[in-house]
Amino acid sequence: MRTLPRWILLPAGLGALFVILPLIAMAARVEWSGFWGLLTSESSLAALRLSVQTSLTSAAACAVLGVPMALLLARSDARGMALMRSLVLIPLVLPPVVGGIALLYTVGRQGLLGRHLEVLGIHIAFSTTAVVIAQTFVALPFLVLSLEGALRTAGTRYEEAAASLGARPSRVLTRVTLPLVLPALMSGLVLSFARALGEFGATITFAGSLQGTTRTLPLEIYLQRESDPEAAVALSFVLMLVAIVVIALAHRRRSP
Amino acid sequence: MRRMLRSAAAAAAITLTAVSCGSGGTAEPTILQVFAAASLQEPFEELGEQFEAEHEDVAVEFTFAGSSTLVEQIQQGAPADVFASADEKNMDKLAEAGLEAAEPVDFASNTLMIAVPAGNPAGITDLASLTGGVNLVVCAPEVPCGAATTTVQEAAGLELSPVSEEQSVTDVLNKVTSGEADAGLVYVTDVAKAGDAAEGIEFPESQEAVNTYPITTVDGSTNPELGQEFVDLVTGEEGQQVLAEHGFGGA
Repeated sequence: MRTLPRWILLPAGLGALFVILPLIAMAARVEWSGFWGLLTSESSLAALRLSVQTSLTSAAACAVLGVPMALLLARSDARGMALMRSLVLIPLVLPPVVGGIALLYTVGRQGLLGRHLEVLGIHIAFSTTAVVIAQTFVALPFLVLSLEGALRTAGTRYEEAAASLGARPSRVLTRVTLPLVLPALMSGLVLSFARALGEFGATITFAGSLQGTTRTLPLEIYLQRESDPEAAVALSFVLMLVAIVVIALAHRRRSP
Repeated sequence: MRRMLRSAAAAAAITLTAVSCGSGGTAEPTILQVFAAASLQEPFEELGEQFEAEHEDVAVEFTFAGSSTLVEQIQQGAPADVFASADEKNMDKLAEAGLEAAEPVDFASNTLMIAVPAGNPAGITDLASLTGGVNLVVCAPEVPCGAATTTVQEAAGLELSPVSEEQSVTDVLNKVTSGEADAGLVYVTDVAKAGDAAEGIEFPESQEAVNTYPITTVDGSTNPELGQEFVDLVTGEEGQQVLAEHGFGGA
């Protein structure tokens, strides 16, 4: 703090206000008298349940697909890894709507893979699976990024030591590498869960919107705005609370 | 403290420079702000060009969105001169907020139609054929096109089970034109807009839910006369002709 010029306080304070003020403004708009009723209505509960279920599934899918990807990106010196890393990060930069359109042309009924799946009797469009696919697509880079960074920072010293003592690669991975980066893995999981929970654009473009099947909390909020703005505010507030809890969790994991 | 003051002065100087740069230029055209329902985009843009051709130094700026979103924006102080709604409900909301400058005039109507992908792969013929194992997409009951859907469904005595209830009629149409859905319920004008990508099937029950479009000038407008002239263009002969070309019915 001593080394920082004092005028930094002003823009930093403004920045903090810029982020916090809208949240306060929204909280001030919540109609507390009807809050519980709005929250426990059938459609709200269905959306909440669906959101939690699909986001947990997506986070698990991110772990299964993302951990091996992060390991390869951090440890392999094969050619093309840099290109691979850029490609993997695309969903992070892409507007989710574009992701939804891309997914539509991949696993939609007439999509690249979708038309073959259709022959096999697998219908992805308008199903909960479509929601999970959309969420995993946008959340995966979060896990890969945070884990790859941690793997690079951790370095390979312990892995080399274990290998020199005769441990086989799989044993090194499960006994040395993964325990070493466990905090980063956890915070990566929390972040990808949070991203999945907030996913809107890809879902509405690709999966559709039906109560209990594809209408997650963000879609429900957007729909409620049309007819019942108070319910939309109440649900937004809940999502905001979840976000705060998630960030608290992710940060606690990160600091030793 | 002195250093802090000097920085603040520098910041103020930069701000001042930026502001003075922005105010240059010659006589700006008068801007007419028209807030219109998304379904009106094509005919209104045509009429806007016509209006600009007839009025020197006037630029018409459109905001197209869902009617409820537009009303909300006007209530929050968005600078609208004219508001054209896709239904009476949202026009009533504007009146309740005391923001209507004149009695709204009905200028167009729209009815529902079944839209199917080109070639009609599921062999849809009428409303009743939408019930058996068809991937049907409709609007959610919360939005105007969904309310109309509920009405025709009740008029026909049918229980539709859609695979998705979308936020807007555009979302429904996209699901149909991309072939994801076998059929969707959209407005006649949407089928016209989709061109070759979709085919329309009329059904008699659609007459039970005719959607009327009202237009009015907005209270607090900075160009009330110009706004009224635009309303007159829309409700006049020329406007009605352009609207009809895009599939709208008379009011």
